[in-house]
Amino acid sequence: MVLVLTRIFTSEIAQAAEDEYRSVSVADPYLEMHTGPGKGYPVFHVVDRGEEIDILMRRTDWFQVRTGNGTEGWVDRAQMERTLVPTGSSIEFAEADQEDFTYSRWELGGLAGDFGGANIVSIYGAYSLNPNVSIEVWGSQILGNFSNGWMASVNVTHETWPDYRISPFFTLGSGVIHTEPKPTIVQGEDRTDQIAHVGGGLRFYATRRFILRAEFKSYVTFTSRDDNEEVEEWKVGFAFFF
Amino acid sequence: MESRIRVLFLIVPMFAFGLSGCAATKNLFGFGKEETPPPAQIIDGQVIEPEVARREIKEPKIDTEDFELGAFIGVLSIEDFGSSAVYGARLAYHVTEGFFVEGSVGQTEAGFTSFEILSGGAPLLSDSERKLTYYNLNVGYNILPGESFIGEGRAYNSALYVSAGLGSTRFAGDDRFTVNFGAGYRFLLTDSVTLHVDFRDHLFDIDLLGEEKTAHNLEGSLGLTVFF
Repeated sequence: MVLVLTRIFTSEIAQAAEDEYRSVSVADPYLEMHTGPGKGYPVFHVVDRGEEIDILMRRTDWFQVRTGNGTEGWVDRAQMERTLVPTGSSIEFAEADQEDFTYSRWELGGLAGDFGGANIVSIYGAYSLNPNVSIEVWGSQILGNFSNGWMASVNVTHETWPDYRISPFFTLGSGVIHTEPKPTIVQGEDRTDQIAHVGGGLRFYATRRFILRAEFKSYVTFTSRDDNEEVEEWKVGFAFFF
Repeated sequence: MESRIRVLFLIVPMFAFGLSGCAATKNLFGFGKEETPPPAQIIDGQVIEPEVARREIKEPKIDTEDFELGAFIGVLSIEDFGSSAVYGARLAYHVTEGFFVEGSVGQTEAGFTSFEILSGGAPLLSDSERKLTYYNLNVGYNILPGESFIGEGRAYNSALYVSAGLGSTRFAGDDRFTVNFGAGYRFLLTDSVTLHVDFRDHLFDIDLLGEEKTAHNLEGSLGLTVFF
């Protein structure tokens, strides 16, 4: 009884799940199915023209599909784009490209590099007001020989040619820096100072939602002492837009 | 006489016309034989456009599984401080079939140095300083993708990967800039659940025992992640 009930129940679930999949038909002479989501995985099955397949899921540029007789395998995007949806039109996949690189709103990334001789690890989030101007919020950890610390800052960036694949930008911002001298080496107190910075860099559109980023910033720390400190920073890293 | 003949001549064509003219309208009342239209001339290469009503289709979104989240447990050998159990979490984003970026956090408790054990003196570190936590941001690449076979009828996707990156380690009362690199084996139990075996070296500078040196801290871990 329980067995029957579970069988009915599971078959219903399976049915409901099956209904949710997008179904396409093969328009190419054949469609190659790989055992895994990558070119290195061997082709083990071929689907003929006109046969219907269900798309189960997507991983990077590979789609897991199921044929009518239940064979499951992975097909790359180039071949999937030459299949037809039931209306007869070819299928389109929402794919991030260089245009999204220019016009996307949000960006998230991580960079690392040198901060006046110390190591720095940073993450940032950015919001674009328009293709040229965006606002960024940064959080950094500074790991030096004589002191450690953290830094938080907000800056505005301007991209002159946002539609270029390698897009240069200029930036201007302000924030706070917290420094903790290492007690074993130098005597000193923890302190929090205001900073301002100018800088510039390059954003390079790599692939899909992936950006490589390199930048230089010059910081001025407004200390409570007589003179202000100047620090130069170099960083490279990667980011995503969405 | 002449006019009668003229009328006759008029009547004949009228009848003839009338009968033929009615042919067009007689089927209106359901009388007469159904006339088949002449066969349309078929021209070679003529495109016939069938009028088919469009089907209303709700197109479901395709489930994209590029993120991988999971936990790991293993052994971290902290240079001079022995080996201890380490555990942590890992989040990866697969950019292409080859490249991925990942972030991990891990935590362990350091043991005692040989010096501390042999001398029997005061410990070098307090309990809170003995706790080691790290985070890192890595870039990785899948090499040698393939299948692993268990027995006769089971095949699982697998891949070897290499990854390297930067981060920070909090140990012995200090945050230390840490470089790590390593390699791992990813074994897909299902298309979404993955088993990881990962070996990694964490390098940071430490001057706790007198002179500054770069410490190699080797880690071996077993992880379970889920794609979503």
